[in-house]
Amino acid sequence: MRYLPLVLANLGRHKRRTFLTTASVALALFLFASLRTVVTTIAAGAQFGSARRLVATNATGIVFPLPLAYAGRLRALPGVQAVSWANWFGGRYGDGKRFFATFAVDPASYLDMYPEIVLPADQRDAFLRERSAAIVGRRLLDVFGWHLGQDVTLQGTIFSGDWTFTIRGVYTPSDPVINDDMLIFRHDYLDERMNRAGFAGWYILRIDDPNNAAGIAKLVDDQFRNSSAPTKTGTEQAFNASFATMWGNVSLLMNTIGMAVVFAILLVTANAMMMSARERTGEVAVLKTIGFSDWRLFGLVMLEAGLITLTGAVLGLGGAKLLYRATNFNAAGFLPGFDVDGTTLAVGGAIALLLMLASGLVPAVRAARLPVVQALRHVE
Amino acid sequence: MALVQIRDVYKSFQRDSQRIDVFTGLSLDVAEGSFTALMGPSGSGKSTLLNLIAGLDRPTSGTVRVAGADVHAMSAAQLAAWRARHIGFVFQQLNLLPVLTAYQNVELPLLLTRLAKKEREERVRVALGVVGLDDRIHHYPRQLSGGQEQRVAIARAIVADPTLILLDEPTGQLDARSSQEVLTLLQRLNSEFGKTVVIVTHDAHAADKAKAVLHLEKGVLIERAAVGA
Repeated sequence: MRYLPLVLANLGRHKRRTFLTTASVALALFLFASLRTVVTTIAAGAQFGSARRLVATNATGIVFPLPLAYAGRLRALPGVQAVSWANWFGGRYGDGKRFFATFAVDPASYLDMYPEIVLPADQRDAFLRERSAAIVGRRLLDVFGWHLGQDVTLQGTIFSGDWTFTIRGVYTPSDPVINDDMLIFRHDYLDERMNRAGFAGWYILRIDDPNNAAGIAKLVDDQFRNSSAPTKTGTEQAFNASFATMWGNVSLLMNTIGMAVVFAILLVTANAMMMSARERTGEVAVLKTIGFSDWRLFGLVMLEAGLITLTGAVLGLGGAKLLYRATNFNAAGFLPGFDVDGTTLAVGGAIALLLMLASGLVPAVRAARLPVVQALRHVE
Repeated sequence: MALVQIRDVYKSFQRDSQRIDVFTGLSLDVAEGSFTALMGPSGSGKSTLLNLIAGLDRPTSGTVRVAGADVHAMSAAQLAAWRARHIGFVFQQLNLLPVLTAYQNVELPLLLTRLAKKEREERVRVALGVVGLDDRIHHYPRQLSGGQEQRVAIARAIVADPTLILLDEPTGQLDARSSQEVLTLLQRLNSEFGKTVVIVTHDAHAADKAKAVLHLEKGVLIERAAVGA
């Protein structure tokens, strides 16, 4: 601690440079934490899913619908206990810039299929009674300041026109990876407005035994193999994962960008540290003459690098953690449960440590090994 | 008894393909409690000699003993600790760390000791009092005159109560008045506090303040003159 004033005084020598270097580290680690949390959130979403639920989509692609007539045939398959269906809606709210996840579902069977969507009984009844009714997640309700009974109008993007729904229920997810800022409305309302009865986006099947999942999935796909709309059936986890891969190889992209940013900042920090050390060659000579040992000077330079990266890490990683938590950020509903986790903080901390070593090591070794007589030439 | 004993010291540098011999068998004693001025033209080896005594540089051969210790038999770490305990060093210029106050600059050698903060503070105040700058303790070097800077550097050189004070052209950048103040201070440190002082200088006026003057010419001690007593 007795050397701290010396280290702080050195850091204060070029305040703007120190500030910019620290801010660069903070920004790099903030970006790293953000990008990595995108990856972990997508991965967590892909992990969600009951082993007793299968999802059947159009084999050509998820954007192509399946005939609603499949529902009865699916229900009749051995091992299938219940069937429901849903459709991605994709609307915008307000000035057209506010976006959140919106699904059209078969109300009764969907709520039975997903007990994780917790809804009071009277609100459930209201949702089942009224065709234009919708239920919304608690957070979505809070964000827009809506209330039960309020009419909400969305501008359809896939299904064009203005769509007005009446909020009849507010659900609370019992599992954090279930998005709590979705709007869910009735599939029959979509069909009626679009005058296209008879299609579903995808089917969800509850099966009797998770051990039979592969067999039942094959049974489903075999059933429709030669139809005009063949299916591709898999576990709910696989479906969620495929949803995630619609983003492309997000993990690789995010990790690559994150590491590139960190590497760029490493160069900036290392350059700043080396410039700072080079400017002080004469002072190193003075300190060595006073009796500061090579190791002590090594430690002082490393301490400087450590203070810069530690401060940057606290600001960047801590800032990311607090900011996303305080703002309940979820990328307009695409990344439910977005929260910088402990592993990301630990990896970020390790990167900060690496930054400290990489940026401080060269100037620290240089200061330690600098021959006093050579350094004295800067003094004389 | 000699505080500094230099025996048969050879020192040579390699500059590109050329070998430069600075000392070829130099021997010299500096008595304890003396005030010695080392004079000579540029390139005569004055600063190199000072560096050898302080353990900042190593002789090619020969021995340098200070207070009984063979300076160059020590490892780098031992030498640093030894220097912190026995040597006070003042340069011609850029002695002080510009980001530290006078107080903090003077405190630097004490950071290497086990002294508590309060004891360090007492010592720093005494040292700055001795050099007459106790009213400038929180000033930064840029807020001090050249003479005041050198006095702070001297305060730093004496604060740990070293065995030997070495000064390399301490008045070289000062005006006559500041130079006089510094030289008077060095005389006082020698006569009142019994400090052994070795000063490298070009300035005959500065050398006049010393008790002994040594002349170096191309690495050879050519004259020994005793001044005063």
